[in-house]
Amino acid sequence: MALAASVPRRAFRLPRSSQIARHAVLLGFGFLIGFPFIWMLLTSFKPFEETLSSPPTILPVHWRPENYAEAWRAANFPRFFLNSGIVSLTTVGGTLLTSVLAGYAFARMRFPGRDALFLVFLGTMMIPQEVTLIPNFVLLSNLPCPIPVDTICNPKGAGWFDTFTAISVPWWVSVFSIFLLRQFFLGIPNELWEASQLDGASHLGYLWRVVVPLSTPGLLTVGLYAFVQSWKSFLWPLVMTSRPDVRPVQVGLSTFALENGTYYHTLMAASAFTIVPVVILFILVQRHFLDSIARSGLKG
Amino acid sequence: MTIGQTAERLQLPTRERTTRTSRRAALRWERLQGYGFLSPALLLLLLFHLLPVFYALFLSLFDARVFRDMWQPGRFIGSGNYGRLLTTSEFAQSLANTVWFALITVPLGLFLAVLFAQLLNARIWGRTGYRVTYFLPYITSTVAAAVVWRWIFQPRVGVANSVLQWLGLPAQQWADEPRGVVQLFGQLIGVPLEGWAAGPSLALVTIALVSVWYSVGFNTVIALAGLTTIPTDLYEAARIDGANRWHLFRHITLPLLTPTLLFLLIVETIRSFQSFDFFYQMMAAVPVPGAKVVTIYLYEQGFKSFNLGYAAAIGMLLFAIIFVLTLLQFRATRSRVVYAD
Repeated sequence: MALAASVPRRAFRLPRSSQIARHAVLLGFGFLIGFPFIWMLLTSFKPFEETLSSPPTILPVHWRPENYAEAWRAANFPRFFLNSGIVSLTTVGGTLLTSVLAGYAFARMRFPGRDALFLVFLGTMMIPQEVTLIPNFVLLSNLPCPIPVDTICNPKGAGWFDTFTAISVPWWVSVFSIFLLRQFFLGIPNELWEASQLDGASHLGYLWRVVVPLSTPGLLTVGLYAFVQSWKSFLWPLVMTSRPDVRPVQVGLSTFALENGTYYHTLMAASAFTIVPVVILFILVQRHFLDSIARSGLKG
Repeated sequence: MTIGQTAERLQLPTRERTTRTSRRAALRWERLQGYGFLSPALLLLLLFHLLPVFYALFLSLFDARVFRDMWQPGRFIGSGNYGRLLTTSEFAQSLANTVWFALITVPLGLFLAVLFAQLLNARIWGRTGYRVTYFLPYITSTVAAAVVWRWIFQPRVGVANSVLQWLGLPAQQWADEPRGVVQLFGQLIGVPLEGWAAGPSLALVTIALVSVWYSVGFNTVIALAGLTTIPTDLYEAARIDGANRWHLFRHITLPLLTPTLLFLLIVETIRSFQSFDFFYQMMAAVPVPGAKVVTIYLYEQGFKSFNLGYAAAIGMLLFAIIFVLTLLQFRATRSRVVYAD
């Protein structure tokens, strides 16, 4: 180490030939990873007959943007999008609320059993979804129905089966998000809390006025993570719903794919528009998101 | 408010003014608030993630084919479901498939993640672009991804087979192919292989590759974060001592990356044992036996045959396996983990 100190520190720079090799490998894998997206978009603009040609055409010979309108109308996609929007946004709100409060409690508050509870929280991450799938299915089908609105609970006495609440509420807690926010909150200097305390601020006031504004990247990450997880979840809404009125996009797309298995031109168009909302969100906040995810992994 | 002002204020004799009783009341209030802040998350976690495990254990002791009531799910048969599970060849087969799946996805996924992270851990042009592209599969839904991959691997007009034909290789059935990959390769060079020597089915391998594609971006981001914590001084020093690139990787990068690798190993193993969506989406309505994994078997038993007790038993066994594997991996690697200071 003494040797290293005597050498002037400079940024790690690579020779030119190595740079080119590096880009070649990265571009090659980048193409492989991005290929399904490219192929999806290209196919989505081809007429049906063209999708059947072998070998396939690369660029569409006849561009056919009408595929999108046809796919949009072929199944009740407007409804599925609305459903997914409702479920995902409520999940984002719920997750943010529970994670901010719990993350703050774990990071800043002193109470007996705190560290033991934190371990219990982390331990639940090991439980596979398949274990809780059937119990939750039974449990939620037997919950009481205080508000007889058919999107909140099932008026036919099947608990929360076939409702938005069933798809959304169980996912309003995310241990990963609590953990991530706890790490964020721990990074806020203690002096701020002491100062706020002298100003007579309560925990809630300090949390709302100081901690939350200082943790925007963390909150964005948690929000996006909750949105993405909810938007792409499939198995749970598949078993918890049976009618199109409450089914989200993924289940709708899956059913659409089963019914139109061979019409790949509209199927690709449908896949494309179900991906778009998350891709836009991701590109908007990717820097915060990737950095925060990276930060969480370091503590493993 | 600046830190300087804060320090000034802290010198005020507030401590003397607070009496002992009021301090105790403040502590109790803090304690109450702590539980209060925690309660929404705790309640949801208990209700939907922790208690269900105990209910699954309870349910797995019943023959719940005719499900009556939440607390009387059917006829009590004790360990009957588990006994049946351990003697059914269908379960053994599905478990073997899951193990094959993990053996392909975990090493390949980790290897690629370390490779990509190593390549991206430098000041190169377009780093953000690469990072975003590599991460993109992870945020797309598995359903849409599966639909697209099924189209790529479509046996008659799919682009994967066009590439094979262009290379002069025979077209494949991909996700619908029950025969083993080693067997298929043997056919190509004229060596017949059967049984265990046939290897995992091509259907399973196809889905495994898609699964690696899906999660490699996530793993890369984590591995990259692990790499950036390694001080560059170490490399400089070793370089001066005459270490070549392989030495640097083997004796600096790899040992200092072990905490990150352990994390990824555990996360990837759990993920591979829980994998469901791609299997459900990419296979035909009647799944190829060589690609029917435990989760698919559980789904069929639970939601097609409505054999809820039996399905709960499958879930419990899966959980037990994951739990033991995680513990073993933790034990085995902990002694070798080097924490960089």
